[in-house]
Amino acid sequence: MNTPVDITTESITLQIDDKDVSCRKGETVLQVARENGIDIPTLCYMEGLTVWGGCRLCMVEIAGSPKLQAACATVCMEGMNICTKSPRLENYRRMIVELLFAERNHVCSVCVSNGHCELQSMAVKLGIDHVRFAYRFPHLEVDNSHDRMRMDHNRCILCSRCVRVCAEVEGAHTKDIKGRGVLAAIIHDLDQNWGESSTCTSCGKCVNICPTGALTHRGTAVGEMTKKTTFLPYLTLMREAQL
Amino acid sequence: MKPEELTAMAEKARKQDAHFSHHIHVCTESGCVSSQSDVLLKNITDEVQRRGLKSKVCVKGVGCMGLCCNGPLLKADDTMYQFVKPEDAGAIVDSLASTPVAELVCDTKQPFFARQKLIVRENAGHIDPESLADCVAHGAYRALLKVLTSMTPQQVIAEVSVSGLRGRGGAGFPTGLKWATVSKAGGKTKYVICNGDEGDPGAFMDRSVMEGDPHRVLEGMAIGAYAVGAGQGIIYVRAEYPLAVKRLTRAINQARREGLLGHGLFGSNFDFNVEIRLGAGAFVCGEETALIASVEGKRGMPRPRPPYPANSGLHGCPTLINNVETFANIPAIIERGGKWFATIGTEKSKGTKIFALTGKIKNTGLIEVPMGIPLREIIYDIAGGIPDGKAFKAVQTGGPSGGCIPAEHLDITVDYESLTKLGSIMGSGGMIVMDETSNMVDVARFFMEFCMTESCGKCVPCRVGTYEMHELLDRICKRQATMADLNLLKELCDMVKQTSLCGLGQSAPNPVLSTLRYFENEYLNLIQSSPAGHTGDGDHHVALEVLS
Repeated sequence: MNTPVDITTESITLQIDDKDVSCRKGETVLQVARENGIDIPTLCYMEGLTVWGGCRLCMVEIAGSPKLQAACATVCMEGMNICTKSPRLENYRRMIVELLFAERNHVCSVCVSNGHCELQSMAVKLGIDHVRFAYRFPHLEVDNSHDRMRMDHNRCILCSRCVRVCAEVEGAHTKDIKGRGVLAAIIHDLDQNWGESSTCTSCGKCVNICPTGALTHRGTAVGEMTKKTTFLPYLTLMREAQL
Repeated sequence: MKPEELTAMAEKARKQDAHFSHHIHVCTESGCVSSQSDVLLKNITDEVQRRGLKSKVCVKGVGCMGLCCNGPLLKADDTMYQFVKPEDAGAIVDSLASTPVAELVCDTKQPFFARQKLIVRENAGHIDPESLADCVAHGAYRALLKVLTSMTPQQVIAEVSVSGLRGRGGAGFPTGLKWATVSKAGGKTKYVICNGDEGDPGAFMDRSVMEGDPHRVLEGMAIGAYAVGAGQGIIYVRAEYPLAVKRLTRAINQARREGLLGHGLFGSNFDFNVEIRLGAGAFVCGEETALIASVEGKRGMPRPRPPYPANSGLHGCPTLINNVETFANIPAIIERGGKWFATIGTEKSKGTKIFALTGKIKNTGLIEVPMGIPLREIIYDIAGGIPDGKAFKAVQTGGPSGGCIPAEHLDITVDYESLTKLGSIMGSGGMIVMDETSNMVDVARFFMEFCMTESCGKCVPCRVGTYEMHELLDRICKRQATMADLNLLKELCDMVKQTSLCGLGQSAPNPVLSTLRYFENEYLNLIQSSPAGHTGDGDHHVALEVLS
């Protein structure tokens, strides 16, 4: 009677995509699915950060529930029967990624993250080859004020991973979100230039965690890759001098 | 305050009132104040003073009398006056001793007044919301006294459950069940929150309750707190309601001074305090999890549920969160019993509901009617029908989260279930009536624009989906759309409804879906009359290069 029951050792069995799986009480559908090799697409989820539930790509069907649920925010229950892939879900996921492409200026060919961008690979994975929605083409700025890092709002998908890692892991809470709807944007301190932030520790966690090319280290952009061709006239001159 | 002190206070106020041989009540709520009822009140007070009638005529500002379109409204003894200008003050004071001022008289026997049933608004028009003594004389805090001296929390919850009261904020969740859940949740600290962030365009029911009878809201909250075991209450009011904030602040200070809030109420060991938090203009803060985030000082954004606020709400503590009108129903339920309340309304929707009537109708204003009243009776009898001989087209209920109800369904009864069946919702109680001149695609575009600018931006379907739906609606309105656009709009509506994080996004497509359901012809006409109407697949050029 005196030993309290540790609820985390209590195990649960459920079905994900017709596969019987077991998990500990308190684990989310997304965690259990990934443990068992079942892939559920996500963009805003990041292990080690609080759950955000904003990208809505991990929506799954639960038998007996009329509503779709976000796998990242749904805790497993005994006997759940979950479907992570269906024509309906894949259609929704495609639409969501299309909406992200239409929202800001995502031009892969000139992007510093081309080839290692989570948004890009998500589009490939979901088989998106065109966008049905009207592009917004907003005029957005690039914050180039920080001496080591850069924020390009054109490529931001507002997943808020940078906001969360800054507040929860680094403990600085330099970043946050301003505005509403499509006008929402990442800000530094009280909407100042990043370089003028008095709280940023320049740790670079946000850059490493950003799924797209919105946050980058300086010097990595396509336009910054300069060639040093001045060596040739110098070498030629030296050779001629030796003759 | 001790129990006998409350009775004494009421007696004293009633005795003072009996000295007056005449009463003049002037509406001092936002609607009438906007047409100078505050100046009118001052003029009448001056006129009474000048005639030396101060000891005989009681002049006071009161809450909304309902017929806002004819304001300022004024009641002199049993005669109601409408369209009263500040310069009419003298004539009205003179009329007390003789015959009423005929050209200003408002008929109180007309269906607008006769068909209503007042529970929440029973004191509106009778009490001065700024005087605690006047409110107490009309029964304020009597229900709280009854609860604290003769009922256990379980009995209170049972009474509310028996009443069948459902949340008046929109979703219609059974109030008794919510209270029981919060009371059973573990933890020492619990909170009660009153949601006064009324944001639907064309809705002003909660504002009126807060402005006209603030002590009723406080009393309802105190009873709720006692039932669930909470000690701290918070009223979240939008800052756009300055008068409501002023009246509530005053009411809280008065109640605190008299010991109706604070420690050991009525000699019991129940403590309850209330503070006000102001919303900063975001519609989404009416959503409970966003509201809680806002109270905590965070950005007002919703979070996934569960956990529900009943288990983990403000500062992670169990939190009871109800709408203003829900709390304002509680004192009546306690005083007259849940069974009495359950006799009003339909089988599943009990009691009365306040509606804000706006749009193309003769009588705009506030009404309180029993649930289950036919919609036709509201539109044609109470609201007086459509002006200028125009035909009724549709009524939008539930604001941007609701839908429209066309003329062929005018005979439905107004309750939670039947409105949902027609693709609309009860919502918080806004009713916008449209006549034959209204363009329904434009109506849908208006509400979509509202949702687009009010989306918090957290989840993608709502943030970008509402923008794209608005874009498509805009193209249809401008006759630039194709059938492919319409199909895309339908597909987008479905996706946004199914995948959005909170109620704002999940219900944002409703105005489109319901206008499509009843007025698809209007969409088709606009598309067929557009130059691109017959051709084009609606796809946009591809600016995305993905690696293969």
